[in-house]
Amino acid sequence: MSNITHDHHDHRPSGWKRWAYSTNHKDIGTMYLVLSMFAAIIGGAASMLMRAELHEPGIQFITDPQFYNVLVTAHGFIMVFFVVMPALIGGFGNWFIPLMIGTPDMAFPRMNNVSFWLVAAALILLVIAGFIDGGAGTGWTVYPPLSSADYHPGMAVDFGILALHLAGASSILGAINFITTIINMRAPGMTFHRMPLFIWAMLLTAFLLLLAIPVLAGALTMLLTDRNFGTAFFAPDGGGDPVLWQHLFWFFGHPEVYIMILPAFGIISEIVSTFSKKPIFGYLGMAYAMTSIGVVGFVVWAHHMYTMGFNVETRAYFTLATMVIAVPTGIKIFSWLATMWGGSIKFDTPMLYSMGFIFLFVVGGVTGVTLANAGVDMAFHDTYFVVAHFHYVLSISALFSMYAGFYYWFGKMSGKRYPEWLGRLQFWVTFVGVNLLFFPQHFAGMAGMPRRIIDYPDAYAGWNMISSWGAYISAVGGILFFVVLYKTLTSNVKAEANEWGVGATTLEWTVDSPAPFHTHEVTPNIIPEPAE
Amino acid sequence: MASDTVKTHPWHVPEPSPWPITGTIAGFIMAIGGIWYMHEGPIWLLAVGFALLIFTFYGWWRQVVIESNTVGMHSEQTKVGLRYGFLLFIVSELMFFFAFFWAFFHSSLPLLSKVAVAWPPASIELIPADGVPLLNTLILLTSSVTVTIAHHALIENQRATATKWTFITAILGVIFLFFQAEEYIEATFKLSDGIYPSTFYLATGFHGFHVFVGTCFLLVCGFRLTKGHFTPDHHIGFESAAWYWHFVDVVWIFLYINVYIWGASPLGHISPT
Repeated sequence: MSNITHDHHDHRPSGWKRWAYSTNHKDIGTMYLVLSMFAAIIGGAASMLMRAELHEPGIQFITDPQFYNVLVTAHGFIMVFFVVMPALIGGFGNWFIPLMIGTPDMAFPRMNNVSFWLVAAALILLVIAGFIDGGAGTGWTVYPPLSSADYHPGMAVDFGILALHLAGASSILGAINFITTIINMRAPGMTFHRMPLFIWAMLLTAFLLLLAIPVLAGALTMLLTDRNFGTAFFAPDGGGDPVLWQHLFWFFGHPEVYIMILPAFGIISEIVSTFSKKPIFGYLGMAYAMTSIGVVGFVVWAHHMYTMGFNVETRAYFTLATMVIAVPTGIKIFSWLATMWGGSIKFDTPMLYSMGFIFLFVVGGVTGVTLANAGVDMAFHDTYFVVAHFHYVLSISALFSMYAGFYYWFGKMSGKRYPEWLGRLQFWVTFVGVNLLFFPQHFAGMAGMPRRIIDYPDAYAGWNMISSWGAYISAVGGILFFVVLYKTLTSNVKAEANEWGVGATTLEWTVDSPAPFHTHEVTPNIIPEPAE
Repeated sequence: MASDTVKTHPWHVPEPSPWPITGTIAGFIMAIGGIWYMHEGPIWLLAVGFALLIFTFYGWWRQVVIESNTVGMHSEQTKVGLRYGFLLFIVSELMFFFAFFWAFFHSSLPLLSKVAVAWPPASIELIPADGVPLLNTLILLTSSVTVTIAHHALIENQRATATKWTFITAILGVIFLFFQAEEYIEATFKLSDGIYPSTFYLATGFHGFHVFVGTCFLLVCGFRLTKGHFTPDHHIGFESAAWYWHFVDVVWIFLYINVYIWGASPLGHISPT
């Protein structure tokens, strides 16, 4: 890898236009990360309110049950579309795709900017949806008839639909941008089979976005016309079928969960390799495991709707197809472990978070295999077991990968080194908190506690109290994160260009920290490896 | 880009631009204006948002045209990226139509829907597939040929011929839209008459909207041809318009076969059980 010479007249626009009019992948990535943190405070506050309400049986302080439904809905939407996706894809993707493939910027920098601003506008619309006309209390799945004009007659659901339309437009434009950048703009010598796994992950994520989001857009449009123009797509009295919504939603929704977790796979692969000071074990297997997860992810959607009355053959197929995904997922888990095996491991905060990710993902994966069984799911459907499962497998897993990526790359982004002890403290508080929060929910769910309910029988009191205490501890972890952020930005400890040493071999470590405004103006040459 | 910057890459990194944020503001105003309008409010806010959107498109694409006419901005590698970008956009559009075809098949096949008992529903007076829809099929297929003639003429540097056939294609698009509108006016079922009109109007309606967009795209390309913007080896804009036109054509063929022919044929009927 070559050394990069930098232009020291770092030419950058100044003032508000630098951000509002930006065509710079680093500035746009930063804006995505800031938006994600801001949205996380809103989405996190919603979850704290829910956990506080569920702290004990009976109604604590939320007197209007619809408000609880609104909290469930807002929490889900905000965390998925405005925290995880902007941070992992918009934030880290924008920052590090050009740096890691050795190109000056994204393929379409202006389109990159509109992708960001559309997410910001969508967030405003979604927050309005929570407050106007009693709020949208549909859950993030927006199933009719609950979401139809009969049960949500006001403007709230329409605001939610339009928010998702704008966020979806942003995602589609972003996906086009990412795919074009990765396919077309890699530095000479970086063949597909030599791209960092983070780049593989982002490429596959972008393909999933490109194919899944337009289907959601179609479904949302049908819901909008059902609500406002008298169509009957999901209305049985006009010959329509609410199950159609479920099919369309989950045809998008299942790839969506991989959209959230594939970038995490990429980040964790980079970090595990760096801190084990070894190349990733089974590189090609890892890349194609992600590819097959992405492909198979499109043909398993109905496992979210086992209870709506499929025939037994259909359920058998979706059970089988879903379980097949455990195979490439296992390849990933074992390859991470094999990468660590015999490595000279450094347990800095990014590595702690990566190992935490692997643990959480395995727990969530195991319950996923359980739920993949149509027969078992008949009993577990819509219980807290499902809540525990998907929070392990994508919510806190995605969160851990975001934290991991932040600690790993923040030096590159800010030029400052975070205080290591504080990072480790933040990890342990968060790790204890999230497990205390979600593990008991397995037991509550197995005992039959339904999800999305403001109150519950006394029998579930114990697990719920533990879960709520876990939530408070996780919130302390979240506050500690902002302390770390503040301490790092105000500290004088400079981050070196390559702060992680010999294990960090990707191209972003060849440029200064903080990364200059323009990088890779001189295209790096990747020296070809001798033929195997 | 500062002139003293050492730069060896072939990529085009544009200067900061106001258009992304004006486009976002337009989308935001349209969303709020649209919701207001749907809930018995006036339409002017939606119209303002739409006007700002059109203004954004004009300003943004004007800038792109200027760049494409500036030597050295769109290198060969950058052009490859633009092609990828447009093809991927068409792929996402196809997936949008995928949703409406899904709705159509879900509603018309008893295997899938728990609700449908007869397709087409007994109360629906069908539009004969061998009438206006067949004529429109012929018009659209012909227009695919004419746009290809224009493309070949452009490659062979016959600008006048290319311009002529581009405008002929656009005119065919306008004729298609005219017949489509007439079909809607003469149809005996309206949008709110149940699931059949829902799938029919939204699927064909979104297709019609795409024909409209494609026609506008072709008209712009025809105008740019008269201005001499395109050369035999530098005409991404024209190529994109042609690809878009073929995409619109292919979607129509699927609509014609499935919605108009199969959906109305004895094979398409579900008898009440």
